[in-house]
Amino acid sequence: MGLLDQIGPVMVGPSSSHTAGACRLALLARHVLGTQPRAARLVLHGSFAKTAQGHGTDLALAGGLLGFLPDDPRIKDALAHAAAAGLELEYVTADLGDIHPNSARLELTGDGEESVSVLGSSLGAGFVRVTQVNGFDVHVSGAYHTLLALHTDRPGVIARVAGVVADDDGNIATAFSARQRRGGHAMMSVEIDKPLAGYAVEYLRSLPYIHWLRLLPEVMRGSEERVTDAADPPAEGTWAGSEVEP
Amino acid sequence: MTLDELSRSPGRASEAVLYDEVGDDPEARASLLETMRSRIDEMRDSIRRGLASSEPSRTGMVGWNAKQLHEAPDPLGAPLLKRVQEYAMAVNEENARMGRIVAAPTAGSAGTVPGALLGVADHLGIPDDELVMPLVLAAGVAQVISKSMFIAGATGGCQAEIGSSAAMAAAAVTELLGGSARASVHAAAQALMNTIGLVCDPVGGYVEVPCVSRNAFYAVHAVSAAQLALAGVESFIPPDEVIYAMASVGRMLPPELRETGEGGVADTPTGRRVALKMAGK
Repeated sequence: MGLLDQIGPVMVGPSSSHTAGACRLALLARHVLGTQPRAARLVLHGSFAKTAQGHGTDLALAGGLLGFLPDDPRIKDALAHAAAAGLELEYVTADLGDIHPNSARLELTGDGEESVSVLGSSLGAGFVRVTQVNGFDVHVSGAYHTLLALHTDRPGVIARVAGVVADDDGNIATAFSARQRRGGHAMMSVEIDKPLAGYAVEYLRSLPYIHWLRLLPEVMRGSEERVTDAADPPAEGTWAGSEVEP
Repeated sequence: MTLDELSRSPGRASEAVLYDEVGDDPEARASLLETMRSRIDEMRDSIRRGLASSEPSRTGMVGWNAKQLHEAPDPLGAPLLKRVQEYAMAVNEENARMGRIVAAPTAGSAGTVPGALLGVADHLGIPDDELVMPLVLAAGVAQVISKSMFIAGATGGCQAEIGSSAAMAAAAVTELLGGSARASVHAAAQALMNTIGLVCDPVGGYVEVPCVSRNAFYAVHAVSAAQLALAGVESFIPPDEVIYAMASVGRMLPPELRETGEGGVADTPTGRRVALKMAGK
């Protein structure tokens, strides 16, 4: 957590946790899907469920799914923008268990068959944490460039990925991996100080034991200091790995 | 860093905070200061918009308070007090209208730091460039608090949000007026200690009532804390222990008093009526 996260973000109101944080969670989920979502089922838990409308959480989630950053004035009219973009939204509330009170599960479907489920929490002051993707435990803070990979659970995969990141001069800030069962599928989330170069991504995608791969942007950075704009939809072919659902 | 370590910095407390973040890297230092400077411009902009607007918020509960106070006479003969309150409410009414603001540390508490810091600076004619380092210190205080607890009404009640913002503002104003690192830290501790127990009870779940007026009150509270600290008055309880106490009280608060809109003034006949009306029932 940097000093600029404490005096910041610059954002549209009214709540850093329920508006800016919600927008960032939705931005991350949009990048996990890897394309413009067509339908979204947004399951709100705890304080998100109780006070979503009052805090503009519904608008901020819709805005994030459309690629709006937390300081984007269009968030106020995000529902109209979603309708214009052909994004169907369904908001439901549920008890998602013993998790942070500001949490939501974002279930997104794109143009084709692909769909993802992203569980995340808004921790306060705009900080977020994605804790599950497609049922796998992950660790994504949005403070770094994040590599998400679904892979076969076998020896050497994590070492290989770490090696590729190192060869690209990338420094790993955090790394987390969890598997379904021994020898089954596993998901790894690796937070890196810099974006991974295109050739490194291509190489990782070509590995037979990596089934699905995404790069998520640093959503904690504000628009004024952002190098690559998370509002741009990810380019075809750069972001999408082979589409295998766990 | 702890508040105790911060209070023992030989120079200004903000220098210690800045060094802790960027070390000796001159580029990182310049870049951070430049962004912090631009955040002051953003704060000013939100104050300007807030003081000029009487557009009601989404519920219609707030939206004209800052402008009303701004245009009112000053029967108390206390222009500093009035200015600090106006600025704080201007920012939070902009926030309630989904206008653009700087979270400090949260959006619900975004009025306190600009209210106190810019209010005092404008009252005394201090230029904006001199507010950058005090703002760095404010951010540093938030960072220390956030190591002990999540700064969110949903986890710690309003004390986590407004308490933090008041502590940040108190330290910043103290440094702005020449206070030592020790005085700045004790200002933060006094501000924090006297917000312990504050519950988060937004009417209808909207960040409007009591949030808008609360920012005005706690911006003044922060200035009071700075006044005590500049006179050498210290917190008897060591500052870091005050943070632990606040985190502990936050854990004891029932969910009804942590940003669910189910307790406090949200759970009054009028509060419940607003909630039902806004839910379209």
